[in-house]
Parts: sequence; structure tokens; C-alpha cells
Amino acid sequence: MEDVREIKQNGMDDWVVGKDGSAAVVAATGRGLPWRWQEGDLTVTRTAAWSAPGCHLGCGVKVYTDANGNFVKLEGDECNPFNQGRLCVRCLSFDQVITNEQRLTHPMKRARADRGKDAWEEITWDEAYDLICDTFGEIKEKYGPESILFASGTGRDIANGMYRMAYSFGSPNIAYQQTGVACYGPRITATSIMMGNYCVPDCSMYFVDRYDNPQWKPPGVIFIWGNNPLVSNADGNVGHWMVDCMKRGSKIVVVDPRLTWIASKADLFMRLRPGTDAALALAIINVMIEEDAYDHEFVENWTYGFEDLARVAKEYTPEKAEEITWVSAEKIREAARMAVECSPMTMQWGLALDQTRECISGSMALVALWALTGCIDVPGGMVTTHQPFGAEIWQPPAAETFLDEEVVQRRIGYYEYPLYKYSGCVVAQPDMLYDACITGKPYAIKAGWWQSTNPLSCCSQSPESKAYKAIMNLDFNVVVDIFMTPTAMACAEVVLPVATWAEKTGMRSIWYYMQPINAAVEVADNDVRSDLQINLDLGKRWAPEKWPWNSVEEFFTDQMGDSGYDYDQLREVNWMYPKFEYHKYRTGKQRADGAYGFNTPTGRLEFRSTLCEQWGFESVPSYHETDRGPRSTPELMDEYPLILTTGARNWSYFHSEGRQVARLRALRPDPIIEVNPLAAEKYGVADGDWVWVENEYGKIKMKAQVTIAVPESVVNVDHAWWFPERNPETLYDTFSSNANQLVPPEFGSTGFGANCKSLICKIYKLSEGER
Amino acid sequence: MAKKGLMIDYLLCTGCHSCEVSCKLEKNLPTGEFGIKLAEDKPWQIDDDTWEYKWIPVPTQLCDLCEDRTAEGKVPSCVLHCCSHCMHYGEIEDLAKEMSELDRKAVLFTV
Repeated sequence: MEDVREIKQNGMDDWVVGKDGSAAVVAATGRGLPWRWQEGDLTVTRTAAWSAPGCHLGCGVKVYTDANGNFVKLEGDECNPFNQGRLCVRCLSFDQVITNEQRLTHPMKRARADRGKDAWEEITWDEAYDLICDTFGEIKEKYGPESILFASGTGRDIANGMYRMAYSFGSPNIAYQQTGVACYGPRITATSIMMGNYCVPDCSMYFVDRYDNPQWKPPGVIFIWGNNPLVSNADGNVGHWMVDCMKRGSKIVVVDPRLTWIASKADLFMRLRPGTDAALALAIINVMIEEDAYDHEFVENWTYGFEDLARVAKEYTPEKAEEITWVSAEKIREAARMAVECSPMTMQWGLALDQTRECISGSMALVALWALTGCIDVPGGMVTTHQPFGAEIWQPPAAETFLDEEVVQRRIGYYEYPLYKYSGCVVAQPDMLYDACITGKPYAIKAGWWQSTNPLSCCSQSPESKAYKAIMNLDFNVVVDIFMTPTAMACAEVVLPVATWAEKTGMRSIWYYMQPINAAVEVADNDVRSDLQINLDLGKRWAPEKWPWNSVEEFFTDQMGDSGYDYDQLREVNWMYPKFEYHKYRTGKQRADGAYGFNTPTGRLEFRSTLCEQWGFESVPSYHETDRGPRSTPELMDEYPLILTTGARNWSYFHSEGRQVARLRALRPDPIIEVNPLAAEKYGVADGDWVWVENEYGKIKMKAQVTIAVPESVVNVDHAWWFPERNPETLYDTFSSNANQLVPPEFGSTGFGANCKSLICKIYKLSEGER
Repeated sequence: MAKKGLMIDYLLCTGCHSCEVSCKLEKNLPTGEFGIKLAEDKPWQIDDDTWEYKWIPVPTQLCDLCEDRTAEGKVPSCVLHCCSHCMHYGEIEDLAKEMSELDRKAVLFTV
């Protein structure tokens, strides 16, 4: 065999996510089902619940409206292959969102001097657009287009539209202001640099007939690693697909410090110390190699750098890993055996990997683990992903297609952190961007566009409320959302109200399929517009040649890749699935050039990343001890004896959203800290007590839930809380009971990563009168 | 007419609350009233590596198995929306047969 390592070293910059042989053939649709019909007095519209509010899914729903186009009710669409009728409580409580009295219903403005005051003035859309265009225009002239940042949050369908709009304005500074972009992006990057593609666990979601499809088979074992997918629906996959697979015989391995529901049902539960995931993965790899149990055919023919992987894994004997991770050597050996013997293994991984500081080399350990079993692109294994039909619905266009190279290079972090361009949504390095807002270096940032994001509640703040300081330092801010938020109340000069998913024309798309979002509800009473409409309106003002479409339908038609359908045709067939094939790396369908192998510089799956090597980053999987904790800071453990982890989701809320929705609030009325009964006794805390949670950076008030769901030395703290019922002028107390007050903005050598899952703290009861 | 019921494969119930909420919507029930209510057996430890942690939805007196919906050929709202698809509606003889083929505990409610 020719040594591809030698011949593929040039032109590495060409390997970017999505440049591959995406399948273009339509395999199946929802043809034959109506998208709108009558049931008695009510009109029913088939659509997808995405977005706002935010969600990682976009489940199929049927919306019932009356003769005036008002929302009456909704239910799950049992015909939709993605969710098959099921809906979570957030979707089921949508009636209390769309009719919520606190919704933003008109554009508003406020003088800069009145920041933080509830002193808004209603204005028209044209007035709002004029004000934005005039102000942004002046700043652009004086400081350059890069002095305005354009930020979005997570879980909305806005990346494509907002990025286009920002690039039309001329700014390369797209922002996602979570420290180290520590959500999904790092795992996409780690997978992409090793494999040239992203991978997902195969739960049959590529097929319209799902579990009945004859090509599919259930995973032998699913490793659920660092997430609680049933609640979080990690990465846009329906978490309950895991339960569907359990019913069909898949075994379950859970890696989590918390005893989640699925951990209690797992065949093997590895309750690790927060932040030690990579050490555990390397030890499992070590056992697989020591026992000669890995897939030799795959490793020898399709991978690169195996010796380097073996060398780094050798250090992590199960016994050594037990000391680091708290998982017994016996369980580590058992996990290795299950990964190999219960073939194929697959993995639903999550934020715990992104939210370690050295998250790239850590996540690479997990990619290596699954690759060693040979489960890539086999039925029920880890299958490679592509945009359906090569469409640009979900993934934004590259900056280079709009802006001159020299402008793109002014993106904050461009030179320092080249791995960012493998993360799917290419953004500025968030922490450097905040620094620029505060210090004016490397250049001044003067204004912010904040679309569907509430960074003051959702992002790390300490020390000195860095996010607050940065945002408040800007001269002019625009916030686009469905509700007033702490961020908007603090900093906005203009607020624009967006339509919910039920009120807009849009497109649901993820790796597996495309589906129109059909506007079901009239918005006559509300002066709201969809996210995309807003982007289109302003995009046309800034660069009309980049927005040649007269309607959002025309826009979508243009974005639908080589499907051969237009938007209206898609609407008639409800959803459209591209033909899915397994074993693509063996048939030349993984690369744009049609060569066998993976879309990487060596053409192989790289256990040692040649791209990382080229840029001087760690190129092999590795574990880094957590920055704080019993092994790295024993001297701090007397003062702060508990390990603090945060970021876990609950049924009610999507990060900072949902606190004003009565039914959701009733399910989780208060900000919770989970404390083990032994710890609770030790620190004099009873179930239901309000406690101070304090670390080096500050303290917050949380309500204790005493539960064995957390180990004795770990507490789990809710994030992103604010209280819409409280005073707007104290920013709804968003800093009082929010884990992010205790989280420092520390990130890793690659520009990715965060420490929010492995901090330290102490807890003690509030004194009388402190509530 | 054969008697209808709900078979709940409750060891797969994840406690998502969708049955409770969808029932409230279907029956237009105010806060504090339920047509089906989740009972929680909070996690407790049996031995070093075995836990008991389960949920079980229990129909209340207000449950009529969604008479109106089933008359139109739809399934009860809780069955449709259950995130685990662990609730099944049908004739009790058929459901009992399904239960007997399951390799785990399950319950059958008649209403």
C-alpha cells in the first residue's frame, strides 16, 4: 500500500469540515401526508418546533389554530420520523410561551444613559433599523467593521442568517461568548481533525422508517459519556433514542459523576471524578491494546499514528487511572471488554468533554477509543455525518465567501487559534474578544449585536464580572430575543422582538434530514419578526447583492443544496432524507476527491493529528489534571473541600430560558444545588435549606436538594438562573443564584475548553435574614 | 365492548413529566390537578453497584383514557407524548399478552 502520509502533506488548509462527498440523492420523504388540514373548526398545521424558544431538537408537531389564526393547542406529530410523536414538557408548555404577557411584542429603544433602567420606548421596525444602521455605520467608518461583534447563543436556527448578515456588514467577529466555546465545537474539532468528519451514534435516525430499516442494527453497547441525553438531548439527538435502543437490546455504559436515571439502569456505571474523562479513556485504550483486543484490520489499513497512541495510553494502567478517576481498575477492564465484545459499540458523548480545559486532546482520547473498536460507519456504530444534500441550512457559510482574506484574518483569535476553523461554526475566541472589549487590544470593539443569547446569565463571570464589564464597555448594543433578559436590561440601546417557531417560515435541518417550519399562527397582534426576516432585512440594507431573495422561501430554496427541490416542493412532502450509506471510507465517498479513506491530510484516521502537529499543538490524546482539586491543589481543599460541577440540564429549562413559563417553573421553582446526604450532614445542611456556595471568586445562594445522585465530595449546581418576576433594575438578580458567578474564564492551549465542571467550593447555611 | 387499559413498561419511564403535562392540556386541568401523576422512587442504593431509581405514572380518577381522542381513532395524549414510548393503550387482553412477553416488570391499569 502506498504510504499516504508522504503524498498528502501539502495544502492542509483545504481540509475543512463539510468539504466532502455529501450524499445528494433523496431517499425518502413524507409524501402523502398533508401539511395543513381541517379538524372540525380548527386548522391543523404540520411543522417543526425550532425556534425560538431555543432547543437542540426541532421536533415534529401539529399546531391547531382557530379561524382567526390564533394558537389553540399543539401535539406531537406521530408521523415525524425524528421524534415519532413524543414531546418534552418544554414543547408541551409552548401555549404559555406564545401567549405569555412578558413577551417582547414591539421593537424598543433606550438612551445609553438609561442602561439598567426599565426606561424603554416603543418604536417601529423602520425606526429601529434606521437607528441600528446609522449607529453601526458611524462606528464602522471610525473604527472599521471589525469593531462590531455579532453574537448568537445556542439552540436556535439562526447561524446561517446571522453569520450572513454580519459578513454583509463586513465584520469577521462572529461571537459565541461561552469561555473557550466549550459546547460541542471542541468535540466537532477534535473529531474533524482526526477523521475529517463528525460522528454520531447510529440510532437509525438517518432512515425514515427508523428501527424497522433492514440496513440498521441496534448498537451492541452505547457508551453515554459526560452527558445526560434524556434531559439534554445532546448535540441535537433525541436523548430517548437511547431508551429505544435499550428496548432493542443495546447494553448501556454510563460515564458520569452523577447517578442519573440511565446510570441507575446501566450495565456498567463508571462514576468518575469530574474532569478526569481523558484519563479514563486512555486507561480503557491501554487495556484494549494490552489485551490485543482492538480491531487490527481497521487500525492497520485505515489509521495513522497507532504507535503514538499506544505509547501515551501505556502510561495509564487501570490501577493508575483508578487513583486519578476514582473508577475501579476492575470496571475499567470491564469497559474495555464491553467496548470490544458488544459489537458494535457506539457513543453519545457530551459537554463534560468540551468543559475540561485541555478539551481537544481529551476528546481525541474518546475518538481514539471508538476508532480502535472498528465501529466507524457500521450499522449501529459511530457513523460519519454530512450536511444533507450539501445544504447550508444548519451550517453557516464560510467567512471567506463574503469577506476579503485580510478582513477574515482580523477575526479575534485568528492567528492564535487556527483550530477554530474546524469547529463547524467559526467564531472569534470569546475570552480574547471580551478582553478586546475591555482593553481595546488588539483593536477596539465598540458595539455588539446579541441575537438569541443571554451571556450575562449563561457565561462565566468571574473574577470581576468580566462579561458584564466587557458588554457594558461597548457604546451601543442591540439585543434580539423573545423575552426581556438580564443582558438586554443591562446593556441594550435597541431590543428587537422575535417570532416563535409557530409564527414563522423556516427550515429544520440537522445531519439527517430537512423539514420546513410552516408558519401556523398569525402574528397580527404582535409586531414580531422571525430571526431570519430580521437578518434578511438588515442584510439587504448592508449588502443587497448578497441577499438577492425577495422572501425567506426564496432564500431557503437557494440553500437547499443539490436536493433538486425548492422550498414549496419540500413543503408538499413534509420532510426529505438523503440516501445514507455505511462504510463510506471504504468506498471513496468520504472525500471530495473520491479517494478511499478519510478526509484528513494522511487520508487515514489520525491517532496523531498532523494538523495539530503542524500548528504546534499537542497532537496525540492526553490527560491534563484538573486545575483545582485533591490532586492539584491539596492546599486549598481544607478551605474548599467540595468539587463543584455545573452545566447539567433539567426537564424545565433550556439554559437561561423558561423561568417565566408557569408550568415549567412549577416543575423546578428554585435554583438547586445537589448535595450528598453525608456531605449535608457534615456541613449542617438539610434538604430544602438555602445555602451559600462559595469559592475563590464569590458566593451564591442555592437551595439544597439532598440526594445520592452526587457522590459525597461533589456538588452539582444549577446554571443560568434569573428571576423574571423580580426587579428588572437589579437585572432580575441573575448574579445571585447562578453557578457562573463562581466560574473563571479559563480556557486551554488550543483556545477551546473551560473549567466549569471541575471547580472547588464550600457550602454553608444562610443565616437568619439572608434570604 | 372489550375493556381498555394502559400498560406501562415503567422500568423504562425516565420521569420526563410529559404524560402529566399533556394530560393537563388535554383535560384543561388547573395547577395541582392531574389526570395522571408521576410517582417517584428517589434513588437509593441496594448494594455497591446497584441502585433503585424509578418513576411510575399513575392514572387518577379524572382519567377516562381520553375517550374523546380514542373515539376519533387517536391514542390517549399521554401515550402519544411519552418520551420513552413506555405507555401502551389497548384492550386489556392484548396488553396482558404484551406484558407476558416482556422480560421486565410492568403494570396494567384498567380504568
